[in-house]
Amino acid sequence: MYAQMVKSTGTGVKSLDEMDPRERAFQERIDAGEKIEPKDWMPEEYRKTLIRQIGQHAHSEIVGQLPEGNWITRAPTLERKAILLAKVQDEAGHGLYLYCAAETLGVSRDEMTRMLLDGRMKYSSIFNYPTLTWADMGAVGWLVDGAAIMNQVPLQRTSYGPYSRAMIRICKEESFHQRQGFDIMMKMANGTAAQKKMAQDALNRFWYPALMMFGPSDKDSVHSAQSMAWKIKMNTNDELRQKFVDQTVPQAEYLGLTVPDDKLAWNEERGHYDFSEPDWDEFYDVLKGNGPCNRERLAARQKAWDDNQWVRDGLLAHAQKREAMKVAAE
Amino acid sequence: MAADPLFELLLRMGDNTLILAQRLSQWCGHGPTLEEDIALANIALDLTGHTQLWLGLAGEVEGAGRDADGLAFHRDVWDFRNTLLVEQPNGDFGQTIMRQYLFDAWHVLQLEALRESSNPQVAEIAEKAIKEVSYHQERSSETVIGLGDGTEESHARMQAALDLLLPYVGEFFANDAVDEIMKEAGIAPLPDSLRSAFDEQITPVMQAATLTVPDTDFAHSGGKSGRQHSEHLGHILPQMQWLQRAYPDASW
Repeated sequence: MYAQMVKSTGTGVKSLDEMDPRERAFQERIDAGEKIEPKDWMPEEYRKTLIRQIGQHAHSEIVGQLPEGNWITRAPTLERKAILLAKVQDEAGHGLYLYCAAETLGVSRDEMTRMLLDGRMKYSSIFNYPTLTWADMGAVGWLVDGAAIMNQVPLQRTSYGPYSRAMIRICKEESFHQRQGFDIMMKMANGTAAQKKMAQDALNRFWYPALMMFGPSDKDSVHSAQSMAWKIKMNTNDELRQKFVDQTVPQAEYLGLTVPDDKLAWNEERGHYDFSEPDWDEFYDVLKGNGPCNRERLAARQKAWDDNQWVRDGLLAHAQKREAMKVAAE
Repeated sequence: MAADPLFELLLRMGDNTLILAQRLSQWCGHGPTLEEDIALANIALDLTGHTQLWLGLAGEVEGAGRDADGLAFHRDVWDFRNTLLVEQPNGDFGQTIMRQYLFDAWHVLQLEALRESSNPQVAEIAEKAIKEVSYHQERSSETVIGLGDGTEESHARMQAALDLLLPYVGEFFANDAVDEIMKEAGIAPLPDSLRSAFDEQITPVMQAATLTVPDTDFAHSGGKSGRQHSEHLGHILPQMQWLQRAYPDASW
């Protein structure tokens, strides 16, 4: 899940009776499962909330290249290098689909990039954690992509057409990412003592940050209700987090790894695992820019933007010259 | 001649693609646009695939139990047979894309010739690789043109890149004893036989890019023979090979 703490109106959800006729018609279309398309009328807050959410998701795909890109040049075999390259390339592609979806709402990719760089837009907190060993490539695929899929699968049914279609394409590729991550973990967990140690260490470091990906607990989540009414959020944060834990704990057992949570236990009555909450103070610190890698991640994106301004300008100037020549020839 | 010339040829092919892929991978997440990030990763991915094929075949030919990974991760600088061009640093994006175009222009011609190789395995790899490499050349040539004929700054940077890198091109076209034997056996073309086609490929591109090809025949050498690499290769290998070297008992 790459959208956390996406601000919405904050004013609570209006009932159909409180809405003006246009709003009511809009809400009724959503309730009936219809898709909203770019040229359709939409409430301004729906548009703004979607831009924030899709933008945050797009930025997460782009910043998310960095912790994995960190290991491409050190991948231990040619096969692993090829798989990681393919994965990171997919992620850049996901960023592209999502920026295109956001552009249909009237905001350009360059504007969104500027908002990322000046801190007005965010990306998922998870990418502010470092990737320290090769096992982290496994943990990122298994846990981070696994958590992302939990959220993205239901978002295929989201109310905004271009977003829903982007999600359908993305989900196809994400399940491959998660499988390759689990495959790395299998190799490591069944490998030498050093590899097993790397695998356990990766799980220790990524477990709670992965749980944070779903956002704060429902009781503290102030933006959910309106987004759920608009079907741009399909499940609550706690529902998805529980589902993730229930799915992942047996996988960790299968790997012979220990989830770093003393309170973790199967609750027969609830039919779910009980588990410890992540440290939410740490989560808010990371959101404020104080995570282990916030500074490096944004600096890398800023440098890519600044150092390559000449490339973007050059290609644009050339395209304009070509266009002018074509016009002159006509 | 110490080693089997066919083994040498296969190392030259596989080491070029291996080292260039490694260089391109360094761009991941740092490219000028999302489209370029995707393209560079895609080229690196294709070249990594070619490396697996060339070095895999090299290992078979050698018959000493080394596979593609064994060759990629367990040789030191003096055993690498890539040209000096591909180990040159990425520099700015202009240098990276100029290096790419010069390499692609040679690579397409080399693979076209290798498709006709008397060795069916070599011909098969070339046949498979050329589709991707033709696309690499199409894209890199367009980017060289776009940036050469862009703004004053982009033009100046591309000219500087061409001036810097052209002296590394000659090595691709210099014949040596390995090449003579490969030509004799009908396995590979003589490198110098590809030079005029290469010039015919790059001249119109450089013209469209409004770039001036430096008037010099000087060529650095020492990479493809392994006689003397640049210092850069000695920094590429430790990063690439570290896990395999540090944990020799592990399987990944």
